[in-house]
Amino acid sequence: MVYEIIVGGEEGSKSHRLELEKAGGGWECRLDGQPVHIDAVIPRRDVLSLLVDGRAYEIKREQTATDLHMWVGSTRLAVELRDPRSLRSRQKASGDEKGPRKVLAPMPGRVVRLLVAENSEVEAGQGIVVVEAMKMQNEIKSPKKGVVKKISAIPGAAVNPGDILAIVE
Amino acid sequence: MRVIRACREMGIATVAVYSEVDRAALHVRKSDEAYSIGPAPAAESYLRMDKILDVVKRSGAEAIHPGYGFLSENAKFAQACADAGVKFIGPTPHSMNLMGSKTSARQQMEKAGVPFVPGTSRGLASPEEGEEVAGRVGYPVMLKAAAGGGGKGMRLVNTRQELRSALESAQSEAQRSFGDSEVYIEKAIVNPRHIEMQVLADEHGNTVWLGERECSIQRRHQKVLEEAPSPIVDPDMRRRMGEVAVKVAQAARYTNAGTVEFLVDQQRNFYFLEMNTRLQVEHPVTELTTGLDLVHLQIRIAAGEKLPFQQSEVQIRGHAIECRIYAEDPDNNYFPSPGKITVLLQPSGPGIRRDSGMYEGWNVPMDYDPLLAKLIGYGSDRRQAIMRLERALYEYFVAGIKTNISLFRRILRDADFQAGKLDTGYLDRLLAKGDHPVTSSARGAEIRSLEAIAAIAAGMFAVLDPASPVGKNGNTTGPASVPSSWKQQGRSEGLR
Repeated sequence: MVYEIIVGGEEGSKSHRLELEKAGGGWECRLDGQPVHIDAVIPRRDVLSLLVDGRAYEIKREQTATDLHMWVGSTRLAVELRDPRSLRSRQKASGDEKGPRKVLAPMPGRVVRLLVAENSEVEAGQGIVVVEAMKMQNEIKSPKKGVVKKISAIPGAAVNPGDILAIVE
Repeated sequence: MRVIRACREMGIATVAVYSEVDRAALHVRKSDEAYSIGPAPAAESYLRMDKILDVVKRSGAEAIHPGYGFLSENAKFAQACADAGVKFIGPTPHSMNLMGSKTSARQQMEKAGVPFVPGTSRGLASPEEGEEVAGRVGYPVMLKAAAGGGGKGMRLVNTRQELRSALESAQSEAQRSFGDSEVYIEKAIVNPRHIEMQVLADEHGNTVWLGERECSIQRRHQKVLEEAPSPIVDPDMRRRMGEVAVKVAQAARYTNAGTVEFLVDQQRNFYFLEMNTRLQVEHPVTELTTGLDLVHLQIRIAAGEKLPFQQSEVQIRGHAIECRIYAEDPDNNYFPSPGKITVLLQPSGPGIRRDSGMYEGWNVPMDYDPLLAKLIGYGSDRRQAIMRLERALYEYFVAGIKTNISLFRRILRDADFQAGKLDTGYLDRLLAKGDHPVTSSARGAEIRSLEAIAAIAAGMFAVLDPASPVGKNGNTTGPASVPSSWKQQGRSEGLR
């Protein structure tokens, strides 16, 4: 397997090429062309015990409706995983910046009000709708600069995590 | 859950009440009997005295423990329980009423000789009177509108020269805002600490104090981290605070567990603030440092027993710190984050107590307070308690919802916290600093190696766990795909 993996760090994200081959009972691993000796088990779902040249790490996987993160110790790192051979993944990779982006509800709550109208232009990070949960109001922001193509959030309606609130193109 | 555990330990059967969204909550799963009292909004369920008293009738319960939310400080509910012939585990409605109103509490406490923030409790007649009072209590002083609120008509005055013009502007602002120009003066407590004293009183006139809790680490008037003892209270100050707290309780003819709150200034003078007429969320730090079980004692007192020990037998040993784990998003200004807990790894081991209401697979409802769990570290001294908590936080992992666990790592590592330099503004200052650890070259190399580890881990998850998503917005696990092993794990965690 060959993966293109983008890891978000403190100084922007970096792309890594990871090659994994089954070898004997374990895995042969090359990171950016460099061989790395690893051993890995998943003792339970979303937890990985990883030995890298004898150093032990426990890595936790966190998936939300919109993101994937790896926790290495107490450090949380955003990760994006692509299989370069997969068409779907390639389309997604190229479509991320240019194509339409969904604005998703990050948590269960109730839509309080809309901050913009359909077809209005928004900046990246501009608030689109206000969702209330546990008596606090939260602005859900636009993931990119563009035009609000559609608003599916209805004031007063309940939303679940992952529900589409709006689409920005 | 805390109360259910105590009852089970004492061989007492428990009856839980729940709202529709709490059917799967831990307190319902662990009680002996449980009854629904209505829909999610608290006003239609947990605050409905009539429905709760109906459950008392149906179940034949002999007593009600009100916990520390909802109706726990409601004198009307305590009275309704008395009228229905069921024991309310707490103080009498009379004591609750007295402490519920600031003015009546202040009058009673003044009679009892309890220290207040010095100043006048009526409006100033002239600037000269203001200068006289300020000279007596010492600068800085605070001018406050008698009808005030929200900071209007309030002025901090640092020197005598500033007083006259500050008084004039405060009076005119008070007139404009409230139609009342009455302004009074109080000594300004700069960067106060919030320290409270636990008291316990039986129904036979015995009252004891059980040591203080330092609760200065707050945000939006909500406590975040508490500890016992306070880093600045020595045995003499503790005894003096304890004696005042006992005096407060006795003046109110108080019974059962209660907490007397004080403001403490930088010279370690303490002033009565108010009394909380219930068990506090942070009671575990007192339990660990005194070796007492406060819920057991509450139940025994309510059953008419005498306190089983005297003041001289109360000993404070070691140090305990409590972290309140909230469902809050640290990356989004600590906004509440309800939802389903998909992964939960919980700490244990030496010196760690975890009072938790959450389990893996549980849906944290959006309707109530976001408190999920309390993680308490105990050590022979403060330093050991801190180290144990840091270790336990390293083991703690919650996914599916956001929590404030990372905030406690920052606090425990902060130099001011470690030095015990705390006041009620501490947490806002810490958060304003931002979370940017020094980017030394060593740290940079460490981050780069963590990034490489994360990349390898992401790949290994993908090949070892077929459910792993490919692509940032790919199919992520929905609520329907919870494997039963999660439930198993949740159950075994809940049973601990």
